[in-house]
Amino acid sequence: MKFLPSGGQWVWTLLLAPWILFPIQAQPPTDAAFLSTLGELREASYSEKETIAERLSKTGHPSVRAVLTGFMEDRLCFRNSDRKVFLVKSNEGDSLNLADPLTLKDAGFASADSLTKIGTNNGLRHVLRTTIAHFALSSPDVSVRMEAVREMQQSLDEPTVALLRERSGVETNPGVKNEIATGLALASLDGSDPNARLEAVATLGKSVSQVVRNRLALLLENESDAKVRRAAAAAVATIDQWRTFYSAIETLFFGLSLGSVLVLIAIGLAITFGVMGVINMAHGELMMLGAYTTYAVQTAMPGHIGLSVLVAIPAAFLVSGSTGVLLERTIIRFLYGRPLETLLATFGVSLFLQQSVRSIFSALNRSVVTPEWMSGSLRLNDALTITYNRLYIVIFTLLVFSLILAVLKRTRIGLDIRAVSQNRAMAKAMGIRTEWVDAMTFGLGSGIAGVAGVALSQLTNVGPNLGQSYIIDSFMVVVFGGVGNLWGSLIGGMSMGVLNKLLEPYAGAVLAKIFVLVALILFIQARPRGLFPQAGRAAEDK
Amino acid sequence: MLSFRNWGAGGDRGGAWFLAVLAVVAVAVPVFNQAVTQSSPFHLSAFGITLIGKYLCYGMLALSVDLIWGYCGILSLGHAAFFSLGGYAMGMYLMRQIGARGVYGDPILPDFMVFLNWKALPWFWYGFNHFPFALVMMALAPASLALVFGWFAFRSRVTGVYFSIITQALTYALMLAFFRNDMGFGGNNGFTDFKEILGFDLHSDRVRVVLLVVSTAALAASYTACRAIVQSRAGRVIRAIRDAESRTRFLGYPVESFKLWLFVFSAVIAGVGGALYVPQVGIINPGEFAPINSIEAVIWVAVGGRGTLYGAIAGAVLVNYAKTYLTGAFPEVWLYVLGALFVLVTLFLPRGIVGLASGRGDEKR
Amino acid sequence: MTVRDKRLYLEDLTVSFDGFKALNKLSLYVDPGELLCIIGPNGAGKTTMMDVITGKTRPDSGTAWFGRGIDLLTLTEPEIVSAGIGRKFQKPSVFEQLTVLENLELALSGPRSFPKMLRARITPAQQERIDQVLEIIGLSPLRASLGSILAHGQKQWLEIGMLLMLNPELLLVDEPVAGMTPHEIERTAELLRSLAGTHSVVVVEHDMSFVRSIARRVIVLHEGQVIAEGDMDKVQKDARVIEVYLGV
Repeated sequence: MKFLPSGGQWVWTLLLAPWILFPIQAQPPTDAAFLSTLGELREASYSEKETIAERLSKTGHPSVRAVLTGFMEDRLCFRNSDRKVFLVKSNEGDSLNLADPLTLKDAGFASADSLTKIGTNNGLRHVLRTTIAHFALSSPDVSVRMEAVREMQQSLDEPTVALLRERSGVETNPGVKNEIATGLALASLDGSDPNARLEAVATLGKSVSQVVRNRLALLLENESDAKVRRAAAAAVATIDQWRTFYSAIETLFFGLSLGSVLVLIAIGLAITFGVMGVINMAHGELMMLGAYTTYAVQTAMPGHIGLSVLVAIPAAFLVSGSTGVLLERTIIRFLYGRPLETLLATFGVSLFLQQSVRSIFSALNRSVVTPEWMSGSLRLNDALTITYNRLYIVIFTLLVFSLILAVLKRTRIGLDIRAVSQNRAMAKAMGIRTEWVDAMTFGLGSGIAGVAGVALSQLTNVGPNLGQSYIIDSFMVVVFGGVGNLWGSLIGGMSMGVLNKLLEPYAGAVLAKIFVLVALILFIQARPRGLFPQAGRAAEDK
Repeated sequence: MLSFRNWGAGGDRGGAWFLAVLAVVAVAVPVFNQAVTQSSPFHLSAFGITLIGKYLCYGMLALSVDLIWGYCGILSLGHAAFFSLGGYAMGMYLMRQIGARGVYGDPILPDFMVFLNWKALPWFWYGFNHFPFALVMMALAPASLALVFGWFAFRSRVTGVYFSIITQALTYALMLAFFRNDMGFGGNNGFTDFKEILGFDLHSDRVRVVLLVVSTAALAASYTACRAIVQSRAGRVIRAIRDAESRTRFLGYPVESFKLWLFVFSAVIAGVGGALYVPQVGIINPGEFAPINSIEAVIWVAVGGRGTLYGAIAGAVLVNYAKTYLTGAFPEVWLYVLGALFVLVTLFLPRGIVGLASGRGDEKR
Repeated sequence: MTVRDKRLYLEDLTVSFDGFKALNKLSLYVDPGELLCIIGPNGAGKTTMMDVITGKTRPDSGTAWFGRGIDLLTLTEPEIVSAGIGRKFQKPSVFEQLTVLENLELALSGPRSFPKMLRARITPAQQERIDQVLEIIGLSPLRASLGSILAHGQKQWLEIGMLLMLNPELLLVDEPVAGMTPHEIERTAELLRSLAGTHSVVVVEHDMSFVRSIARRVIVLHEGQVIAEGDMDKVQKDARVIEVYLGV
């Protein structure tokens, strides 16, 4: 790496030198110094503002980046009455939502008239962008550096390239290094040396980013050198292939996450139907109870959103589970052996629960806040990004599934449940309290519905109709997978989810649903008892 | 106890009473609306006629559900789909009758098509300007759906709760489909603002009275047809299928074919009910396909007493009267009542009100 | 053996379930009008044999002919019924929500399709046949009662009556007297004896005294094969039979 850049870049080098020499702030950030420097911006000329910005970033204050970004985007202003500086978070008509520049916390609303914008011009914005990028590039946080490099790839002017070149020697993280290399390669596509371009194309061929692909496609049109053109064409083809591959994975993942919700609901249904031969039409409403429990828990502990979701899981299990036990003891046990009647009675219960929720929480949808650790997304590469909430739901589903499987296979109550489902009379003769097992089984199935509700509350709004909107799909899963079979529910749910998401781009969500239904009806022609037909007594009844 | 063998009304006192009540309605409604002056407290308003007409159409839906559920043990949770299809067929005729009097004044295209910028009438709308054609479609549309769906379902021996769930999914899918604008059925607004039927103004009391009398006749005819079926030897086979399907198959009866015939016939009754419903209430939209509607129809039958045809109709009228009253007076309470009805009837009143009132054994269960 | 035609020919039938041979090259014949009893311990293959004859189970190999002209292995269950083979299952399965009369009426031979049944009326000849069967099974006084209120034995008779309505040439009767009172057993024996001659009757039964009271010919099955054949006295003296069955 050459330390001294050549030509006109020396201005930049001078400007940026302090950070290159002293990458991270040396002195502890002081709010007062930061504030006073910030205050100078109010009366400064554009050229003065450049140096002020520079000094601001030198303070190393935690909110430097946000403030400078706001400045660059023309969102920095001061209040006419007390000349206090604020960041504008958003504007709703004439009233602006302000944030304190020190803490970045909400500072209420003010009318646009009462504020004066701290102006910028093109030159200043340019400087600011670089300053911010540079500041970000030297951040100890890898993801911040990564984001900065990606940002810089969008506008590769000379100073940016110089900056990147500097960093490529200092950077230690391989991912960021890779991004820097991509950025530099992109820049050298504009160079005059065909060999350098060829080399750049070779580097870029390993990327999967849309930006790189578009740039290469552009090169394909304008490139004069045949060798470079060939290489570029090959690189574009490779990138396209990978992008198609990753988008397939993304669709698959979307399908799996949708399927996970269905699986969670279907597991509960599978337990109640498989073991007890009961179709519980109120299952969706038990799930809804779980979602409302999440809402209630969150309302009860407003300061701990992240924790509240974890608390909600057992809480929802208990609420829905005990409702299920109550339901079994008071209604369903009188209807055993009469599946159609059970279906009707539980439907009645579902109406009752819906209306109760409407009376208690009102008919309006409630939104459950997604905790911080579940928001955002995991960027695997330039072509594949996975949102955390969906990822966690897939993992959560697999956890619940394994747990249920373990309970059924490894515990005493699980053994009792299986015994009763296979031969009720024999189980009774062996001294198993079948009534108690029935209640527990129903409670377990209902409790899982509640847990499914917690998961669902992270994906959609919570309302009285929540149960209904998913229940038909989950019944389809149960029918598809084979009634009462846990593995059937898992595979059935996941494949229904994936199928839905695969069809959606071609047919739209509604038609996709209809296609899935028709496919299911045809599937039943071939396998009337689903993928995993249940052997034994329950299967023999109607 | 051998009453089921007799064909005369004398052997079926409930049925005879029922037909008599229908006849009274058919006579009394025109009299109280047309002959009694408006100022009289005994005058029956247009609203009242519509309400009674609505109940009668629901009665036909209940009848069709009872025919397959009460007698053959097939619990359809999607029967409102057939009702709605019949309704849509009638709706298409009524839309074409509007002609150039729509908001956009297009002589051929209904308003919603003009709104969607369509240039020509879709092929499946052809012919609906002719009443006889529309009339045929009111029965044919639900019948075809029932035939295709039933053929697939019964052939692969989808029974019991499986069948119920699949029918529910069927009506749900249809609801989603009809909500789509590009299906050509008016999207989520459906059809409304009808003007005339066969050239008569739909808003005049006289036409309302005629529609009501026609509904009464249709219900009576459907009832008689259903009774003829259940009292025939085929009816015995149908009840045998309900009690022990595989045993019936073993006696050499083509069980699937019996179910299919019955299912299709039942769909036709539901469709005709829907077709009569639409001109009386003046609107049809995809909401009619909602699964809850089909399930409500089942509870009418359960309340009235399944396996007794007039019981099912009585159940439809009673529950809907309660619904009209409660959703007006205490809207919050209605769903509680409906929910409680489901639970209480299945737990304590498996034979419905009719079962409570009579001790007849031959139509038990 | 005479050279006369048989009613039923079963030859070399083999049926295996997951490697277990329920029938192992089973061969047996039924004469017209005879009353044949089949005995054997549990798992001997008696029910599987019935299942093969009625088309419920298909054998891995072997042949099953009804008379000289009908290959049972190519027919469906209902076709076998209309060919003239009736089966009474172990568990009584009458239609509980239909009356005795209606139960018999359902079993009447004649049209089976929905449109035809819609128009079909009971002819005087059919009414006579119903009355006749009611007489045979002794349920005339209970003709209007629901199937659900009948006693266990009465249900069994009603079911035999339903089989008779079909006027089958071959009657397969699975454990007819299980759970019956001695009086009912006696009447059942009488009933079966009276049917032989006009019908071929094959009875599978565990109750030895009952078998002794009705059988002319007895076949003993064991592990899917015939191990002994003849009248009751001869069978009871057979060493293998004593070993596998009676001796225990």
